[in-house]
Amino acid sequence: MTKEVTKLIHKYLRHDKKFPHVWCPGCGNGIVLGALIRAIDRLGLEKDEIVLASGIGCSGRMPVYVDFNTLHTTHGRALTFATGIKLAKPSLTVITLMGDGDATAIGGNHFIHAARRNLDLTAIIINNQIYGMTGGQHSPTTPYGCYATTATYGHIEHAFSIAELAVTAGAAFVARGTVYHARLLDELIEAGIRKPGFSVVEAMSNCHVQFGRRNQIEDPVTMMKWLRDHAVATEKARKMKPDALEDKFTIGVLADLEKPIYTDEYQKVRDRAKSLARQ
Amino acid sequence: MPPKKKTQQTAKQDRIANKPRASKHKQSGKIKELFNQVVFRDWCKACGICSAFCPKKVIGHDDRGGPVIKRPDDCIGCRFCELHCPDVAITIIVRDVESERDRA
Ligand SMILES: Cc1ncc(C[n+]2csc(CCOP(=O)(O)OP(=O)(O)O)c2C)c(N)n1
Ligand code: SF4
Ligand code: SF4
Ligand code: SF4
Repeated sequence: MTKEVTKLIHKYLRHDKKFPHVWCPGCGNGIVLGALIRAIDRLGLEKDEIVLASGIGCSGRMPVYVDFNTLHTTHGRALTFATGIKLAKPSLTVITLMGDGDATAIGGNHFIHAARRNLDLTAIIINNQIYGMTGGQHSPTTPYGCYATTATYGHIEHAFSIAELAVTAGAAFVARGTVYHARLLDELIEAGIRKPGFSVVEAMSNCHVQFGRRNQIEDPVTMMKWLRDHAVATEKARKMKPDALEDKFTIGVLADLEKPIYTDEYQKVRDRAKSLARQ
Repeated sequence: MPPKKKTQQTAKQDRIANKPRASKHKQSGKIKELFNQVVFRDWCKACGICSAFCPKKVIGHDDRGGPVIKRPDDCIGCRFCELHCPDVAITIIVRDVESERDRA
């Protein structure tokens, strides 16, 4: 028998916080919250073994609601706090939760260098293609031609693809899912946490309130259908012609590599330094 | 966003919808698994996701977009609604027909 999913989620929520949560009706952040909890439950991790650090944004509210060790840090800096925690106590499972603006605009440099460094962290990035919290300004992932508070005549810049950026920056594990493909998202987050080394899971999500409203897709259902119809599994995409993929994005695992892990390498440096000091 | 209050009407609809019914229970000798769909009205924000995507049209919606359980016996337990509810406000429970009948 399948587990009663909702009951399971309640096990990990902080019931002394105000529910229902602060997010708008139908916001994809809530679906990612469910996926994260289900992934952690499947891994069998204790609440106390987990650290969840977020930056600022609508997505940044997530750690407030879950009963792990949590930090709600400053905008764009979730990874810097997470780096400190992981170095101080490598036995902890450290996860960061960021928005697209959080991770790739103000926190973009931290992001690419964390990927390059390969510390054992998991970065979950909720990509809703907009600055949700501050009122719909364009972010580095707002598509060309879309409308935003700061792109009232249509956006003239081009978007980052977060997962592809992470692959290029050298992350050990990179995956992309969507809030429509919730079961897959559970699996990708689980795989990301399980993977030693820096893992990135990009979750394509709907902000129908700040993004959708300005782009004629005002409700969560239409946005989720859009995600459903524009996502192509990575395996399938390999067999498709580039022009068939033009308005699509891939979902699934994009990279899974073995690379020396920062904390292991750092331990070697310590050992080497100690042995030299003894001589 | 203030929580929408559970109206008496919807509470009653839930009760009716989830009343144990044995009529469709047995199909060609094989026991069909039945499910109850429970909505936590205090947390539900009437986003419309569960009713829009239910493959068996078990869930309809009221004029605010809130879920109304219409065909509980048609539920196949796929849990799409439960996995995609952003507010953890709907849950699917395997219906225990025997014990529910005893209680009734
Ligand atoms: C240092 C700093 N600069 C700017 C802000 C204002 N600010 C708050 S949230 C945000 C962006 C939110 O967008 P995103 O990270 O995509 O998250 P979302 O709200 O969409 O989940 C900005 C610019 C801030 N809080 N701190
Ligand atoms: S503004 Fe957008 S991202 Fe923020 S809670 Fe509302 S729908 Fe979600
Ligand atoms: S479990 Fe599936 S069939 Fe049953 S109500 Fe939910 S979405 Fe509909
Ligand atoms: S998906 Fe959840 S919040 Fe949305 S209408 Fe259904 S029960 Fe309510």
